[in-house]
Amino acid sequence: MGFDYTRSLGPTLGRFLTDLRRRKVTGIRGSDGRVHVPPLEYDPVTAERLSEFVDVASTGVVRGWSWIPEPLEAQPLDRPFAWALIQLDGADTSLLHAVDAGSPDRMSTGARVRVRWRAERVGAITDIECFELSDEPSADPVEADEVTMVTTPVHLHYTHSASPTEDPFLRGLMEGRLIAQRCPECSKVYFPPRPACPTDGVPTTDRIELSDRGTVTTFCVVNVPFLGQRIPPPYVSAYVLLDGADIPFLHLLLGVAPEDVRMGMRVEAVWKPREEWGPTMQNIDHFKPSGEPDAPFDSYSQHL
Amino acid sequence: MRDIAVVGFAQTPCVRETDGTTNGVEMLVPIFHEVLGGLGLTKSDIGFWCSGSSDYLAGRAFSFVSAVDAIGAFPPIMESHVEMDAAWALYEAWVKLLCGEVDTALVYGFGKSSAGQLRRVMAMQLDPYVVTPLWPDSLGLAGIQARMGIEAGLWDERQMASVAARSRAAAVSNPLAQLSGSVEVSDLLATPYVVDPLRRHDCAPITDGAATIVLAAGDRARELCERPAWITGFEHRVDSPSFGARDLLGCASAVAAGKAAGAGGVEVAELHAPFTHQEIMLRQALGLGDDVVVNPSGGVLAGNPMFAAGLARIGEAARRVHDGSASKVLGHATSGPLLQQNLVCVMEGRE
Amino acid sequence: MRPAAVVGTGQTHHAAKRLDVSMAGLCREAIDRAMADAGVDWPDIDAVVLGKAPDLFEGVMMPELFLADALGAVGKPLLRVHTAGSVGGSTGNVAASLVQSGVHDRVLAVAFEKQSESNAMWALSVPTPFTMPVHAGAGGYFAPHVRAYIRRAAAPEHVGAMVAAKDRRNGALNPYAHLKQPDITVESVRASTMLWDPIRYDETCPSSDGACAVVISAEPTSGRAAWIRATAMRTEPTTFAGRDQVNPQAGRDAARALWKQAGITDPLSEVDAAEIYVPFSWFEPMWLENLGFTDIGQGWKLTEAGETEIGGRLPVNPSGGVLSSNPIGASGLLRFAEAAMQVMGTAGEHQVDGARVALGHAYGGGSQFFAMWVVGQEKP
Repeated sequence: MGFDYTRSLGPTLGRFLTDLRRRKVTGIRGSDGRVHVPPLEYDPVTAERLSEFVDVASTGVVRGWSWIPEPLEAQPLDRPFAWALIQLDGADTSLLHAVDAGSPDRMSTGARVRVRWRAERVGAITDIECFELSDEPSADPVEADEVTMVTTPVHLHYTHSASPTEDPFLRGLMEGRLIAQRCPECSKVYFPPRPACPTDGVPTTDRIELSDRGTVTTFCVVNVPFLGQRIPPPYVSAYVLLDGADIPFLHLLLGVAPEDVRMGMRVEAVWKPREEWGPTMQNIDHFKPSGEPDAPFDSYSQHL
Repeated sequence: MRDIAVVGFAQTPCVRETDGTTNGVEMLVPIFHEVLGGLGLTKSDIGFWCSGSSDYLAGRAFSFVSAVDAIGAFPPIMESHVEMDAAWALYEAWVKLLCGEVDTALVYGFGKSSAGQLRRVMAMQLDPYVVTPLWPDSLGLAGIQARMGIEAGLWDERQMASVAARSRAAAVSNPLAQLSGSVEVSDLLATPYVVDPLRRHDCAPITDGAATIVLAAGDRARELCERPAWITGFEHRVDSPSFGARDLLGCASAVAAGKAAGAGGVEVAELHAPFTHQEIMLRQALGLGDDVVVNPSGGVLAGNPMFAAGLARIGEAARRVHDGSASKVLGHATSGPLLQQNLVCVMEGRE
Repeated sequence: MRPAAVVGTGQTHHAAKRLDVSMAGLCREAIDRAMADAGVDWPDIDAVVLGKAPDLFEGVMMPELFLADALGAVGKPLLRVHTAGSVGGSTGNVAASLVQSGVHDRVLAVAFEKQSESNAMWALSVPTPFTMPVHAGAGGYFAPHVRAYIRRAAAPEHVGAMVAAKDRRNGALNPYAHLKQPDITVESVRASTMLWDPIRYDETCPSSDGACAVVISAEPTSGRAAWIRATAMRTEPTTFAGRDQVNPQAGRDAARALWKQAGITDPLSEVDAAEIYVPFSWFEPMWLENLGFTDIGQGWKLTEAGETEIGGRLPVNPSGGVLSSNPIGASGLLRFAEAAMQVMGTAGEHQVDGARVALGHAYGGGSQFFAMWVVGQEKP
């Protein structure tokens, strides 16, 4: 799951990140007189909007630290490093960042550190590549354009597993079969099966094989392009109620002009070539009209 | 104000990985049956439902929506959800019962931490402009706090290991625990650091699980439970997100919540402390003396189902009242990085 | 249950992209207005409730944590509600219950969405394996149900366009609205692009950045008060066999409970203004029926007769509604706040004359989560 978030900064964070781009660190004075770095937009004591910017040094002292022997994805350094709370000279509170110390033996609370500026700066906290153990000043400020936005890539990895109740359904799909399950309490037939019957809260148990024919209960014509869309519009997205099922599901309806699609239209599945099958409903490429007469409204009016 | 009590509690086993989906249905169905069955109730007897969970933990938007399937929520139910640990859902339900509209509530939380990389997922809770882009991991942050406490003389690595050893020993009597057993402090101290100064035993395990509590008011509670755990204080507070601005060792929000809830005089406390040093911090913050039994269940160091673990602490504490082994107990929950947000629920048995 | 009232409301100027502010700044724009309206300061606030739709929209897990300073919540109780699209309404109801229960005297409820940080369509359709991708986007989910309504109610096709034209014209009277289209007509709506047939472009809500805040108190603070006469919340599963997605029972049950608690027997005559969550135009007649303002199949007739315009029998969405501004997580609280503004007499150019009782309504998910309140000038 990945997305690059685009964040507008507003005046306080905009000033801070613009200054980082200029190799300068800026704090802000709180209502109790403390100088906060990074600058806080609102005071943690009084909730007032803060506005008095204060220049601080790019050197400071370690107030607390931990050692990361195996860095994780996207962290500031890809070799072992320290996370540290660093109080910059001129500030009263500490900033979190990485220290490139080489070894935990060289780290200590009270150690003097300075900013190592990234060569290519964009106006982001990562313009500080990391801190390094040193008592010397960092590189001098330079000119750079103001920033008002920051882009934050977020990439996280998840392993999703199928529910055990979905197993027979997914195995069935691999064989081109449609396996539904009946709720033992209300006898309704669910396709796809559900981990629990949504009206009774019990696992659906009895397996039933359904045919790949059904009725369009309702539909819409998609004319709008959107991110992640798989086929060009216009096309029909239809609720299909398989014969013998008690609940319709959304699928594509092709092989008919959108203006000719009707509620009650009888349809049948068009399967992908067998060699493309996997444990997914996408084995059915789409539905198409079966040519049977339309189903009467009463036969599906309870499924709208 | 009406008297309201915890009358029922159930939780799943704490396990490293379940085979269910991240919307929790498979974990919730059995514990709903257990807690309702134990009280002789059905879903239609519940006046209000409230849950706690997280989309980022689940890796999908609206994970709590599918969880409603586990209830069988038709006819429709009165229901709400917090994107927090379910201990705060319990708070919302308690408030609802105080309003007098309904007499019973069922609260649940669930989390499948195994789906993602928890250390990185939790970085999403930090300031998105100037902290998250560095991807500080939850262990790295806790390590800073632990060292600050060590260097301030508040605890040492041996005391931290003792917390772990005591938790695992206590968990031997908890069949749902993920980690339990008898371990020597000296053996624990001989293991390598995961994130210096934290060793593996200092960190709660990664756990999949769910928990549920039933609340009832007044006479309804007395009907349902021989010895209800009456809620006498229920408070929560939040601290500043700024690591620099707040006192990372003082835990002001826990101090304030404990004071307001009346934590004095409790015999048993279940503390939601995902790191060993945080248990020591919370004991100090809540003013718990050496005579207070802390985490008889083993606590979250023995099993930490995210977004259910705080609720489970309250359930475990209530259980000591239900079984008559204690008369005043405390359940605590935390949320946010480095104990930013804290909740205290004090419960009493009455003769 | 003791009485509670809305004593102050505030909202942001809503826009597609509020690039001039951070998330904290966006929230504070609404909060500062609400607190000034109520005449209260931070020490007067006992607790804060924040509502917001999925965390994936802004890419922050539980953003109330990093916003705690800006929300003035440090050292106080802070709750985060998330009930999908109905969340703004739920936020109002939870905040109300904190006062009604006697737990707190004054509570700040805040809801926001900064949709421009990401792409909502993306966040809602993060593909998970084993599930069928929806080929249709957000509007595509609801369009088939709109089609089913039109067929069941035998409604004439232009009613949807009438709703859209009315709400956008109302939006032009609201200084905070995202879309202001004073010159829109039924004909121009009908001429706009068909997106998800039967839903046209002009019948669709915008995507907005915005926030809303209300102060709820046991006692009036500024003199003005919108007393909360009833609240209701109901939920049903997204899909189940035999589910009525056009007229969901959860909405009917919530409305029935709401009117009963408020002591209202004939909603159409007793309610003076309604702020109803209408993200696609046809949901106005659908919800008029679901809420019990009309009989089944009759909602569109109220709209068609012009009775839902300002000056009509039941003005619906005098603020312009969701069709004019849609910061998702805040949209429900905006409905609740706008209802309060009507009975407080602070709605300005979109004020309904003599409004004494008003409805705030929100729904979410697949028309499955409902939250509502009724506010009035009389203390209950």
